Amino acid sequence: MPETVVRDDALDVGQAFRDSRVEEVLEALDRDLVGLTGVKTRIREIAAFLLVDRLRRQMGLEADRPVLHMSFTGGPGTGKTTVALRMAQILHRLGYIRRDHLVVATRDDLVGQYVGHTAPKTKEVLKKAMGGLLFIDEAYYLYRRENERDYGQESIEILLQVMENQREDLVVILAGYKDRMDGFFGSNPGLRSRVAHHLDFPDFTLEELMRIAQTMLEQQRYRLDDPARVAFGAYLQRRMALPDFANARSVRNAIDRIKLRHANRIYSGSGLATREELERIDAADILKSRVFLAMPAPAPPSDVI
Amino acid sequence: MHITQGTFSYLPPLSDEQVRTQVQYMIDNGWAVAVEFTDDPHPRNTYWTMWGLPMFDVRDAAAVMLEIEECRAGNRGCYVKVNGFDPSPLRQGQVLSFIVHRPTVDEKGYRMTRAETGGQVIGYALNPYAADQPAGKRYARNGG
Repeated sequence: MPETVVRDDALDVGQAFRDSRVEEVLEALDRDLVGLTGVKTRIREIAAFLLVDRLRRQMGLEADRPVLHMSFTGGPGTGKTTVALRMAQILHRLGYIRRDHLVVATRDDLVGQYVGHTAPKTKEVLKKAMGGLLFIDEAYYLYRRENERDYGQESIEILLQVMENQREDLVVILAGYKDRMDGFFGSNPGLRSRVAHHLDFPDFTLEELMRIAQTMLEQQRYRLDDPARVAFGAYLQRRMALPDFANARSVRNAIDRIKLRHANRIYSGSGLATREELERIDAADILKSRVFLAMPAPAPPSDVI
Repeated sequence: MHITQGTFSYLPPLSDEQVRTQVQYMIDNGWAVAVEFTDDPHPRNTYWTMWGLPMFDVRDAAAVMLEIEECRAGNRGCYVKVNGFDPSPLRQGQVLSFIVHRPTVDEKGYRMTRAETGGQVIGYALNPYAADQPAGKRYARNGG
């Protein structure tokens, strides 16, 4: 790392920022992720705080290492894992973790089936994640209020111990639905007090989902024609009303199914397909979806796409 | 007597920071790191007790340091060593091994015994003084 000291009593903040190459990650975050303004702002704030903390250290203002454990709350498909990956890059570039790797774990990976199985299992995952970032998805499943002999509690205790004693070696991100995470932290105050940053991921709006779909299709070299775009908007409106709607993930799955129908239409067609046809998705490919069969059209929204 | 077995054994004992650096070197080479302990320091004793399984999928030395620390705490009166196993097809063997912990009381040396066999031939045997005590009591304070 190049020395950033300009004078004895001044540091070049801009230079330090450029040296850390964090801006690239932050820009990529802005560019690649649609919406999520609140989350992006918080991440910028955290990055700025960590950079300043590092400068303070260089100036000899010794302080405890800042607590970096975080909680990401939000519905499924709102970008929690994607942001966690970027967070690993940011923390690594700022030197708060030694390598930019992310280990994703759920209850199944941490909690054992019988007495004495949990501790080695949890430790195994923790060891794998050491030096980097551990992302625990749907963390509230670790704690089962209704069963006090559940092994999840044991896992939480080991987790707490490592989160406290090995802050240098491991950063933990706990993720899940907002309301359930609140309940989880409520019944595990020890965990709440060790989590420094709470980031909330709001559900995407219809317009944001359209932009996400557009980006995904462009990446895969497909194109919606105008009727198809209207049909996709109508599809999304219906899909969003269904209980299992999972934001960007649902959009991705919908696109996968639309691609299947598109391929099927071409396959059963006349035999000749132009480049334009291979690229273009028709309204018919979208309107065959089951959501159009099961549900009547909702009232047209005010912001027509 | 300072037991000399494995790599670095003629150097002063490694500090934790030095051990960590060596372990990270092993991980970066793609070697699996294992922790083992014993209280039988005979040089021919190749079967040390494994402290957990070899760690094949750790990326950072911190995980190994955690195990070393636990093994030390649980086996104060033992030798603890770290092995590096290279799983690549050409080697498939242990490539680095060094002691990271020694018994906290005096390390005892070896007794050499001579045995006259047929004719004037003399056979030699090496016995660790520690092995006079039953396992588990060899390096305990006050002899027991």
